[in-house]
Amino acid sequence: MSLALRTFSSVKDANTALQVSGTRYLGGGTLVIRAANEGDVSVSSLIRVTDPGLSQIAVSDDKVWLGASVTMAAIARRPELAALAPAARAVGGPAIRNMATVGGNLFATAPYGDFAVALLALDATVATEDGEMPIETFLAGRDTSRAIVTAVGFSLPKAESFRFLKVSRIKPKGISVLSIAAHLQRTVDGSVTSARIALGCMADRPMRAKAAEKALLGCKLTPQEIAPALAAAVEGIAPITDPIASAWYRAEVLPVHLGRLLLT
Amino acid sequence: MAKVPVQFTLNGSEKAEFVESGTTLLHALRDKIGDTSPKGGCHQGTCGACSVIIDGELRLSCLTLAETCNGTDIKTTAGLAEGGVLHPLQRAFLDAFATQCGFCTPGMIMAAKVLLDRTPNPSREEVIEALSGNICRCTGYEPIIQAVLTAARANSQNAA
Amino acid sequence: MELRKNYFADVRKDGLHEIGQPRPRLDSPGHVTGKTAYFADRNFPGMLHLKMVRSPHHHARIRSIDTSEAEKHPGVARVLTAKDVPHNVYTILILIQIGPEDETVLADGKVRWKGEAVVAVLAETERAAQEAAAKVKVDYEVLPAVFDMEEALKPGAPLVNEHHGQNYYLYDSGECRKVRFGDVEAGFAMADHILEQSYQSSPIEHAPTETTGCVVAPEGNDRFTCYTNTQAMFFTLDNTSIILQMPGSKLHFVGGTVGGGFGGKVDVIVEPIAILAAKLTGRPVSFIYSREEEMQVSSPRAAEKVVIKDGVMKDGRIVARKVTGYTDAGAYSRHSPYGAQKGAAHYPGPYTIPNVWIDTYCVYTNRTPSSAMRGFGVTIGDFALEVQMDKLARLIGMDPLEFRFINAYRDGDMKAHRQPTEGAALIECMQEASRAANWPVAEKYMAMSSYRKGA
Repeated sequence: MSLALRTFSSVKDANTALQVSGTRYLGGGTLVIRAANEGDVSVSSLIRVTDPGLSQIAVSDDKVWLGASVTMAAIARRPELAALAPAARAVGGPAIRNMATVGGNLFATAPYGDFAVALLALDATVATEDGEMPIETFLAGRDTSRAIVTAVGFSLPKAESFRFLKVSRIKPKGISVLSIAAHLQRTVDGSVTSARIALGCMADRPMRAKAAEKALLGCKLTPQEIAPALAAAVEGIAPITDPIASAWYRAEVLPVHLGRLLLT
Repeated sequence: MAKVPVQFTLNGSEKAEFVESGTTLLHALRDKIGDTSPKGGCHQGTCGACSVIIDGELRLSCLTLAETCNGTDIKTTAGLAEGGVLHPLQRAFLDAFATQCGFCTPGMIMAAKVLLDRTPNPSREEVIEALSGNICRCTGYEPIIQAVLTAARANSQNAA
Repeated sequence: MELRKNYFADVRKDGLHEIGQPRPRLDSPGHVTGKTAYFADRNFPGMLHLKMVRSPHHHARIRSIDTSEAEKHPGVARVLTAKDVPHNVYTILILIQIGPEDETVLADGKVRWKGEAVVAVLAETERAAQEAAAKVKVDYEVLPAVFDMEEALKPGAPLVNEHHGQNYYLYDSGECRKVRFGDVEAGFAMADHILEQSYQSSPIEHAPTETTGCVVAPEGNDRFTCYTNTQAMFFTLDNTSIILQMPGSKLHFVGGTVGGGFGGKVDVIVEPIAILAAKLTGRPVSFIYSREEEMQVSSPRAAEKVVIKDGVMKDGRIVARKVTGYTDAGAYSRHSPYGAQKGAAHYPGPYTIPNVWIDTYCVYTNRTPSSAMRGFGVTIGDFALEVQMDKLARLIGMDPLEFRFINAYRDGDMKAHRQPTEGAALIECMQEASRAANWPVAEKYMAMSSYRKGA
């Protein structure tokens, strides 16, 4: 059997075709074609959708909807999305960013999926043919999900309240040792009133650092006051081990990098 | 196995072929059309040796299916020299000793060309960023970075 | 670039026209235009693609192999196992009489490392070959494995390779390569200080951008043209001739263009099986490592362990050096017996030491077979030696560069292998390094020369 591609103009029709076993959805190709090239013979059929709506970026007031086929490059060059540009630019090199999509990033297993880490910190909503759901729910069930993602929505963060960091061993960029996204609301005097922190490479998919979030409440971003949050960052993590770093190493450096992110 | 038609412009000339559905652009270019300038180094999207320019954007031909390229304009390093005269980037790579084994060179030149098409006078940091998806295991990158900066200067002098 | 003409002024020639002048590389025009022909740029009608079924175990007995489902898979032309290979057990260095033959082209009854080639599948497309390879059934009985060199050398360790009978390479000098010079124990007895340190390294993969591979075309005259990126053309041709029991005159190797080698393409791995496949099917065959195979299956630089014991005087002279080196060959010899031997030749370093004792072992473990890489047998040794030199200098409170001047070999000095030193330039290199790095040393060292008076 060879690998066969079927093209649909509507998500609805494609979604029906996707229910056949051995079928995968083709977004930018950086995950599924890679798997096929590497000898993954479990995929025999690919589905893609040409609906231009999937490539739309809609920004109104502070609400953003990114179509599932929107590429990292398209996000990085959109002025209104400047707060997200560092996360979009953290994905791959220039060619990968011209191909890799928002929808695909939601399915990328660690060490990939840095943009989804940012989306998790933003408490994004994932829209599929079956309806909308919080990103956390989506990520938890993504392995068995058969519904095509159509868009991701979120409230645009104020630039100063959103921070993103990807750590890699190769400069200017390489595969993640870890990535961290933090969405913080603070009072005028700098005390944290709400915190949402998402971590990449600390499990097979993006996860929240809930203990650290809680420990940050009421804190000012000083080395002394964030220390309990840094200590709590490792709670519940199960970092991956790969050729880039061991689970042990990732756990050891997580508090260090979280500290750097919070203190910048 | 189902064959599908693919038709695109390659380095200015029309190409039409039948390929098996699911064939990557890299295989179509190399095995069907005979342009072997894009190289298969990893087939994972990691090394950049297969980089080509599709409708003005840098893409990895190893992760792109040929049948999704219908109607596009594709450029490869094989089509860069005009009338036997090397493109300034090719000349600069030659003069700066930016090639050793040469396997990464066509992909590097594609990445550099996209950069210079949009940013004629890039900074060193912009060059490094533009080449960050292309791996070279021989040169240590410095001669390649210098070649791209040299080509940019040559271009701006010609334009002036 | 500035040429310092004060060094070796009496022997230097200044009528040179090329030195110091840029000269274009002959291969660059092909590289920048994409015209350079690498082996994988050859494409032949009807070409078959070879995919290898590999061992998922570090050490296992093969109870049975069932290829029937794979053979029936659409697009499959042929499935090869050990019995198809005319001379299945080989070793690369047999060409220079370094045996025994210890490695199989396709595993026969046993696998000794994770990734070992077991069954070769040939099909019309890469995809069909991958699908058929997934249908090959191999029944393994997993055996205890050993991954640590010192564990492997202990009595009772699992035997890695029966062709050797023990977990080290048996040299004509015994269980290791040995260098004996002076009286090392007497040297230690007279030393002011003794420092014993242990150094070790992990395997290192070359990671060339172009993966290992070859394309073979059967010619009409019963010959085979093999387009390959080997770095060892004639080693490969001659070993292929032995493995396939085919005269070398039947084999035409085309190569020389390598997309990055760094020593990683000197093994004889893809060519014999691809040529055999072309012979048995009568069709062109392509066998190209995937990136994963290149990283996991191709030989890395060997892991090494180096134990150095030095006796040093307060005035800076090293009076005794004892080195025990271990080279992890993995499951098979490949070039590692030679690498370990190179270590023995290298370990005194570029220093004149009157009492030297060296043992270097080539050890077998159930790890990926190691082989050549840029200065193999020497590079890790240099790391160990030079870190040791810094530690020795610190121990006696001496500047590390001056410490090296005191011990540097100079023309006429007898090396531990009883070769007199000729053409030494270490003193002059260190003098220049002292200037370039702005690391001044005492004037008496700047006045030294590699020439010894009367030498």
